[in-house]
Amino acid sequence: MAEVRVRTGPPASGGIGTGPGRLLVTLYAVFTVGAASRSIYQLSTRFDEAPLAYVLSALAALVYGFITVALVRGGERARALAVGCCVAELAGVLVVGTWTVLDPAAFPDATVWSDYGMGYLFIPLALPVTGLLWLRRHRRPAA
Amino acid sequence: MLTPLTVAVAVTALALAAWCGHAAYRDQPTKDWHFIGMAVVTVLALAQLVVGVVLLAQGREPADGTVVFVSYLLGAAAAIPAVGFLSLAERTRWGSVTVAAGAVVLAVLQVRLHDIWGGGVG
Repeated sequence: MAEVRVRTGPPASGGIGTGPGRLLVTLYAVFTVGAASRSIYQLSTRFDEAPLAYVLSALAALVYGFITVALVRGGERARALAVGCCVAELAGVLVVGTWTVLDPAAFPDATVWSDYGMGYLFIPLALPVTGLLWLRRHRRPAA
Repeated sequence: MLTPLTVAVAVTALALAAWCGHAAYRDQPTKDWHFIGMAVVTVLALAQLVVGVVLLAQGREPADGTVVFVSYLLGAAAAIPAVGFLSLAERTRWGSVTVAAGAVVLAVLQVRLHDIWGGGVG
């Protein structure tokens, strides 16, 4: 075979952490750092004030962290993990959001997911939906 | 906190976001000029970090506590370099979008920094 050219550059399909995925990685990293540092600070200094809110913030940080790592690592298993975490994240936003609307007394202090993430421009609600749509496009490994 | 500096960082960050957003709109990756822009914003954010630490050293107390204040200062200083490196790895329009997103985050951090310090000039 003559003249077989090696294609350079990213593969046609790309990974889940490249292209638009790079933006998702950035946003998830921001929310991981934000939620994690916030919950570590609050859990260590004033756990008694709003234990439920702070534990939920820590949980959110954990979910965000898993998704960030999964997106960066790529591969089919990471993709599956990211899908699971995005579903958990979406469920978290919806459940905690509804909970804070129905029973504000249970939350003396806010979490990332309070009022469906209103304090964070609803990005916590938009992220998992965007994430799931993005991951759907990568359901099949590159043929 | 030095309010003019906070405003300067926020405004330049938003300008950078608009600029990189425009590059993304035109389907372009970040170019040398964008990186110079990022450097300018980063220098301002670093100056803010220095000013903040000096104020703390003078015995000033942020309204929401020193730990939170310093964390936000460090986050603000790291924001643009982090997305800048990402855009070096992502030589498509999505690298530009990423930098724009990071710059918006930096602008939001400025608003929070202002609140954490307790507002006002000083």
